[in-house]
Amino acid sequence: MAIELKKVSYIYGAGTPMEVRALDQVSLTIPDGQFIGLIGHTGSGKSTLIQHLNGLIKATEGDILYNGRSIYSEGFSMKELRSKVGLVFQYPEHQLFETDVFTDICFGPKNLGLDEETICARAREALDLVGMDSSYDKASPFELSGGQKRRVAIAGVLAMKPEVLILDEPTAGLDPRGRDEILDQVARLHREQGITVVLVSHSMEDVAKYVDRIIVMNHGKAVFDGIPKEVFKHYKELEQIGLAAPQVTYIVHRLREQGFPISDDITTVEEAREAILEGIRKKR
Amino acid sequence: MIRDITIGQYYQTDSVLHRLDPRTKLMGTLVFIVSMFLADSWIGYAVSAAYLAMIIRLSHVPVGFIVRGLKAVMILLLISVSFNLFLTAGEHEILSFWIIHITWEGVQQAVFMAVRLIFLIMGSSLMTLTTTPNQLTDGLETGLGWMKKIHVPVHEISMMMSIALRFIPILVDETDKIMKAQMARGADFESGNLIERAKALVPILVPLFVSSVRRATDLAMAMEARCYHGGENRTRMKPLRYAGRDRLGYLVMAVYLGLMIALRSLL
Ligand SMILES: Nc1ncnc2c1ncn2[C@@H]1O[C@H](COP(=O)(O)OP(=O)(O)O)[C@@H](O)[C@H]1O
Ligand SMILES: [Mg+2]
Repeated sequence: MAIELKKVSYIYGAGTPMEVRALDQVSLTIPDGQFIGLIGHTGSGKSTLIQHLNGLIKATEGDILYNGRSIYSEGFSMKELRSKVGLVFQYPEHQLFETDVFTDICFGPKNLGLDEETICARAREALDLVGMDSSYDKASPFELSGGQKRRVAIAGVLAMKPEVLILDEPTAGLDPRGRDEILDQVARLHREQGITVVLVSHSMEDVAKYVDRIIVMNHGKAVFDGIPKEVFKHYKELEQIGLAAPQVTYIVHRLREQGFPISDDITTVEEAREAILEGIRKKR
Repeated sequence: MIRDITIGQYYQTDSVLHRLDPRTKLMGTLVFIVSMFLADSWIGYAVSAAYLAMIIRLSHVPVGFIVRGLKAVMILLLISVSFNLFLTAGEHEILSFWIIHITWEGVQQAVFMAVRLIFLIMGSSLMTLTTTPNQLTDGLETGLGWMKKIHVPVHEISMMMSIALRFIPILVDETDKIMKAQMARGADFESGNLIERAKALVPILVPLFVSSVRRATDLAMAMEARCYHGGENRTRMKPLRYAGRDRLGYLVMAVYLGLMIALRSLL
């Protein structure tokens, strides 16, 4: 159960003067159960990449394998792929269209051709997963707050019970509290449901805390791919491509430069606090 | 899919036609349209074809790009051609079968009709291909300025037009995004009968409508915040000014129109 990209390239507007090479020979594997952060500057090709993963756009070159089978092969069911690989677009609240929240969530499962009972059960479950209790069921999606709308939209995809959940900048335009709520909920989903998560973001700060692996995109290429600690060691290169490592990384490196005994693979504030206290104790 | 439509699109490049004053180009388009209704003989069409070819050449827009725009109106073209082909009465019947009668006059009529439509579309798309929407509305506003005297709200109309034109690519983008998002939720727009397909459009149209209203109110608010209040006493950053090439343009148009009128009355 894995998604494998083999030298995938994508060109927007091929053959016109507005040609843009959005992806350039990207190869990577997304194994089961991982929590991946896909990071890159605006325009680096993140959104283009993830739309390949459920077949919404077809690679200009290269191949994509889902569980070992090419998704472009004859007879491969895109509909099934889309139910297994759930994609939440940027500003997903802009896709809400039904008269009430519950009916909107039912749209996905209904398209899968499930029976009424299963549809309702799944919709309820999905809403619970994003922390929207049944008092909101009959509310119009257009009356909710920004953060609530977004959670409803995410539930709309969760109701399809995907094995892989991809979220394109799920925190864009939310206040810090809304951002933490969404990210915590996604992390809980990953932990409790065991689904694979790909979290797209342009901020290292957001994802460092949650993910097992970071893929850094720049100009349509995957330039770094590894566990957060390893990727953040390249903080100087990251800066050159318009990204920054989390602030604690800088503090840790400055401390090391001053001769303070601290390891250089610290990525979160909590870890840094422990390590600094430890260092002070040692020095005494 | 939706992105294939090239009518109304601007093609970024540098050419004499791009640099021409928008008023000149508007007049040129009008002249060309009139001339297409003047043409009634093979020679007339040949002259128009040569004129159109010359302008396309001058515009530096690839012919393939212009022809692609015709795809969008293919249906319209087919309908009008078949009407002319099957419904024109005439003396020289070349095919007669059941209720279908094709006459020589019908064939000629159909060909003329097709050529006329294709030329009209190519001619008018050249206008938008070489003029940015902003220039276009500037040209309209200045060119039709005299109508303010008879209380036609020229500025308001051209402002509405330029906003509408500005929103087309945004709405196309938005439609594309919403369609993909609903497809990610398993929506299917390609199968089913007519009613099912029409129903499948609801998940696209509702969000599209909501977002259009949202964008419109945001824009209105932003304009108001910057004290916009209509056309009275507004000055321009780049006032339109005719140059030598525009005079030459008008001259070429006059010669062409004269020739077309002469051909019609002489032949
Ligand atoms: N629909 C489109 N048509 C043409 N170019 C596009 C389109 N979508 C994205 N691009 C271009 O492709 C590149 C990658 O964009 P995208 O994948 O959206 O980046 P990101 O999500 O990382 O910001 C950008 O240069 C962008 O301008
Ligand atoms: Mg993006």
